[in-house]
Amino acid sequence: MKFNIKKIAPQLLTLLFVILVFGFFSYNAQLNMENRGIDFGYGFLSQESSFDVQFSLIEYDGSHSYFRAYLVGLLNTILVSVIGIILATIIGVIVGIARLSSNYLIKNTAAFYVEFFRNIPLLLQIFFWYFAALRALPLPQDTESIMGVFYLTIKGLFIPAFIWENFNIFLYSIVAAVVSIVVIKNYAKRKRENEGKQIPVFLISIGLLFILPFLSFLIGGVSLSFEIPVLKKLAKTSYIYEGGVGIPPELIALTLALSLYTATFIAECVRAGIQGVGKGQKEAAASIGLNPNQILKLVVMPQALRIIIPPTTNQYLNLTKNSSLAAAIAYPDLVLVFAGTALMQTGKAIEIVSITMLTYLSLSLSISVLMNWYNKKIAIKEK
Amino acid sequence: MNNINFLKPDKSNLNLFLILGLSLVFISIFDVFLSSFFKINATGFLPTSISFLLPLIIGFIGLHFIRIEYSGIRRLDEINKNFNNNNFNAVLSLLIVFIIIKSIPPVLSWTVIDANISGNSKEACTGDGACWTYIKVWLRRFIYGLYPNEEQWRINLSFISLLALGSVGYFATEKFKKYLTLYYVVIYPIIAFLFIFFFISGGPVFFDFSYGIIASVAAIIIGFFVPNKFKLYYFCFVPLAVYLSLNLFILPEEYVELGKLEGLNWVETGAWGGLALTFIVSFFCLIFCFPVGMALALGRRSELPFIKYISVVFIEFWRGVPLITVLFMSSVMFPMFLPEDFFLDKLVRVIIAISLFEAAYVAEVIRGGLQALPRGQYDAAKSLGMGYWKMHIFVILPQALKLVIPGIANTFLALVKDTPLILVVGLLEIAGMLQMAKTNPKWLGYSMEGYVFAAVVFWIICYAMSKYSYNLEEKYKTER
Repeated sequence: MKFNIKKIAPQLLTLLFVILVFGFFSYNAQLNMENRGIDFGYGFLSQESSFDVQFSLIEYDGSHSYFRAYLVGLLNTILVSVIGIILATIIGVIVGIARLSSNYLIKNTAAFYVEFFRNIPLLLQIFFWYFAALRALPLPQDTESIMGVFYLTIKGLFIPAFIWENFNIFLYSIVAAVVSIVVIKNYAKRKRENEGKQIPVFLISIGLLFILPFLSFLIGGVSLSFEIPVLKKLAKTSYIYEGGVGIPPELIALTLALSLYTATFIAECVRAGIQGVGKGQKEAAASIGLNPNQILKLVVMPQALRIIIPPTTNQYLNLTKNSSLAAAIAYPDLVLVFAGTALMQTGKAIEIVSITMLTYLSLSLSISVLMNWYNKKIAIKEK
Repeated sequence: MNNINFLKPDKSNLNLFLILGLSLVFISIFDVFLSSFFKINATGFLPTSISFLLPLIIGFIGLHFIRIEYSGIRRLDEINKNFNNNNFNAVLSLLIVFIIIKSIPPVLSWTVIDANISGNSKEACTGDGACWTYIKVWLRRFIYGLYPNEEQWRINLSFISLLALGSVGYFATEKFKKYLTLYYVVIYPIIAFLFIFFFISGGPVFFDFSYGIIASVAAIIIGFFVPNKFKLYYFCFVPLAVYLSLNLFILPEEYVELGKLEGLNWVETGAWGGLALTFIVSFFCLIFCFPVGMALALGRRSELPFIKYISVVFIEFWRGVPLITVLFMSSVMFPMFLPEDFFLDKLVRVIIAISLFEAAYVAEVIRGGLQALPRGQYDAAKSLGMGYWKMHIFVILPQALKLVIPGIANTFLALVKDTPLILVVGLLEIAGMLQMAKTNPKWLGYSMEGYVFAAVVFWIICYAMSKYSYNLEEKYKTER
């Protein structure tokens, strides 16, 4: 190998620089921790946390460990991200298609929505929904119900809870339905390609999805009842709803702001994707006799998706990362529970901040791996 | 008269359908107008559900009647094409018109008619509408933060002079045009830094760092005039040596004395805030993140494996974590990494953190531009005998940057929109000031007005920026 100073020198210098910086930082960190009497280590994760979290998906109280507190925060973050991603996708796709509508009013309303929501910082939007909009809701005792079972109050949204019996049988029936749909789809594809026969796969799938779970109710012994929230008096002027599921206002504000904000970006991706499909494609499809629905489903969308998916993946990642703004309105997500309260109590800044960052890194990586897999699946298969 | 088919309006009975349809549409809109502006429910005698849907149904029938293809009237054809080309669009058009009419009175009455702006205290706000008095009283705080009132001319003067210095590019004559890049990339940031450092702060904000940094930047600039033969060695040693020698041989107390400007009071960074802080933070992050991002983008496309992988890891790390954890890191974790007696102001730490964070995004955008350039450009430059730096500075980067103007503008917009986040580490820019004003016992309950005000301010800034970037894109668009 030829020794080339022009190639080796910059690399060596960079390496030296990186090592120097890391060495400097770790040396100082060691010194500082010695002076302050803090020891480095992750043993604190198994200690008793002794703080409460107001909203958690798994059972948790102060007697559980810090690790469980971490799990509570992580699950809350994932919950907000998943709801946000679903809502943002729905709104974004609708608005993106609406921006291409032939109707002048629809087109401009969609454009107004996009320009309005994406030019205001997300933090302000979260504050607006939480401190201004949701605070204007009535107190629990003055609330009128929506359809008799939902209660939207200043303390959150209260919805009926499902109480299942033999839930696993119901679950199995749904799994069976999904499996049979996949089988039928493959069968129909083979039939279409070999014999040219069309089988109404969509109708059959919908039918299966309803009929199998319904059968599980009839013969599987599954039963479902609702627990409707009931007003309960706590003190003289303090009321709360009991029973059912209570969705805290922080979660509502956060998902609203996140999905409305991210939807504007997804809408732009969708618009760009649909516009990116050549006009000739649509005309060609129309000329071989496909109807507008078929054109959208069979010709435009498969091509548009290839343009839409990569930037939309970025938006999903942004939404997940932005969900950390929850800390500003005290929704107990990973940042608030772990990088906030746990850090205050233990003082283990380096360990906790690094765990939090690694968690977000792996969340981001897993989303991008998932979306890359999907992207690869729908990419053009060149022969 | 031909026989009339109400299900299929056609051209033969044009006038009848036109009169019927237009009057039905007019009735439906008028009904909504009455109920929204004058609270008169003209169809109140009907059951609620029917009276609620009646305008929609009437309007729908009306629109159905006037949907006549090729009527020969240009206006009508245009309306049909743009609002009314099928049943679904007709319903949506009607709904949007109704929603607009319905929402005008409450919005108008809240913002203008029932709103108050006179007076200086909460008692002046008597109406049901917005209390703009609150904004009026707090305006100084929203713009300048906790900066002392009598010192605020310093912020104004700094921003005005920086704006004036920044607009030099518009008035430069042909002769000076070639120096503009040098001016904007090197000299202007230093002037801005000095303004903020001496004038707005008026004291030892950055004292451990500033002189060393200024001196080493000067050393780097001088380095460009060093003969090519010694350039590499010069850049490796001299700036660092200048910085270290300044740090080692001048004691920190002397910095403090040097940092103070005669006759100006020191305002600590904790008191900076409001819109001014938003501008300061975004301005500096914008300046710093661009060169760092460019270097990272070049590093990621470098052929040297070590530089390449360091850049990849660096970029992917910052892109994978949320800004809020980066801010936490800068405020809680970073001081642990510095020597005990080494003081670095919180604002500086935050600016460094945001710059590195945004630099990763800028790097990816620029990389996109670099990848979009055809190979021929590289080959042509190399065949002219250009080296790596010459090729990139004179051939590759000018074209690549032109391509990515929209992407960079989006990143900068994201940066401006991210600045309110610094409130989680206790720096109170405009959103932070709002949170503070909201909890003031004299002004409880006016959070809505505050958020509307801040939203309008940010919306104007961001919208102007995006329009400006669009203009820039048009201006530099070249046929390729």
